[in-house]
Amino acid sequence: MEFVDYYSILGVDKNATQEDIKKAYRKLARKHHPDVNPNDAAASKKFQQINEANEVLSDPEKRKKYDQYGKDWEHAEQFEKAGRGQQRQQPFGGGGQQFSAEDFGGGDFSDFFESLFGGRPHGQGRRTAKFRGQDYESELKIDLTDAYTTHKQTLTINGKNVRITIPAGIEDGQKIRLKGHGGEGVNGGPAGDLYITFSIVNNTPFKRMGNDLYLNQHIDLYTALLGGEITIDTLGGKLKLKVKPETQNGTKVRLKEKGFPIYKEEGKFGDLYVTMHVKLPTNLTEKQKELIKQLSELK
Amino acid sequence: MSNETLIIVSEFCAAHHIEVSFIESLSQHGLVNIETVNEQQAIPDAQLPSVEKMIRLHYDLDINLEGIETIFHLLERIETMQQEMHELRKKIGLYE
Repeated sequence: MEFVDYYSILGVDKNATQEDIKKAYRKLARKHHPDVNPNDAAASKKFQQINEANEVLSDPEKRKKYDQYGKDWEHAEQFEKAGRGQQRQQPFGGGGQQFSAEDFGGGDFSDFFESLFGGRPHGQGRRTAKFRGQDYESELKIDLTDAYTTHKQTLTINGKNVRITIPAGIEDGQKIRLKGHGGEGVNGGPAGDLYITFSIVNNTPFKRMGNDLYLNQHIDLYTALLGGEITIDTLGGKLKLKVKPETQNGTKVRLKEKGFPIYKEEGKFGDLYVTMHVKLPTNLTEKQKELIKQLSELK
Repeated sequence: MSNETLIIVSEFCAAHHIEVSFIESLSQHGLVNIETVNEQQAIPDAQLPSVEKMIRLHYDLDINLEGIETIFHLLERIETMQQEMHELRKKIGLYE
């Protein structure tokens, strides 16, 4: 455990007035506050140090104790107990780490602070003592086929398993907020939130544009000329599609509500656009060539 | 049309121990949209995270409304840039 120099953290000298300390704290807190430094763990850590330094130096009693023991803080307990010895006899021992000057409750201040002051402060009656934890950002990759249906997924966040429901139709780059799953609050403040940005990986032949899907579908020359029926694989299953006779290459067909589910609108879907690409036959037999020649001469 | 949950401003302010006038000032600066329902002022719940952030900036850090406006503008720019970086990283990933 290292000695923490609260004066240098706030950038003030040992003779600083309460006003100087307040000013220095405000200036640094504005710079390193988690709300103005999203997703910055270093700023968050710095902010905690500033807050801890302010907690001690802005409280005359704590400052006095800190100034009195300074680097000899490890002996604070002995000094304290020797001073109290006449009034109340207490046995030494038990590890000697409980200075118990006040019961501040558990916290996330430095070990140094907790050793000297017994834990984190309540900050009662002082709004500045409570700070919300940092918001965390994270990315979650899911396949397009998974994004097609509402499903549950278990994530491990800060060592805890959190089960989330991912609604069908979630977009690439869309962000969801998990309240209270961010960094821990400071001085009893609420925890921050976790923001998950979805990255949708598309390994399908479909192109997604919003709620609509686009598909390039090959059809053979004879089906294009004479018409027929083809089967296409959509994300929702197989689908039969009628091809009109004399379908031109590049013809686009809209299949209403056969596209992607609309986010949080159950039972609603975008459209599926199928573009027909006529595939010309290759490796023609002599007979086929002859028949096509005859066909061309019919014009 | 999506359904949105509205939070009554007076209840929200009571829970956060702040004056209703602060939320009204945010609205006057165009930082929050206040809706009137049954003669009561309300804010959509989607705005709560940013309104709570504004409260912290003002009450914890003594930042005035002009400062909050500037911070939010810059944070939005940071978020846009981070989003662009995310997109570009994905594109680069395709060629790696």
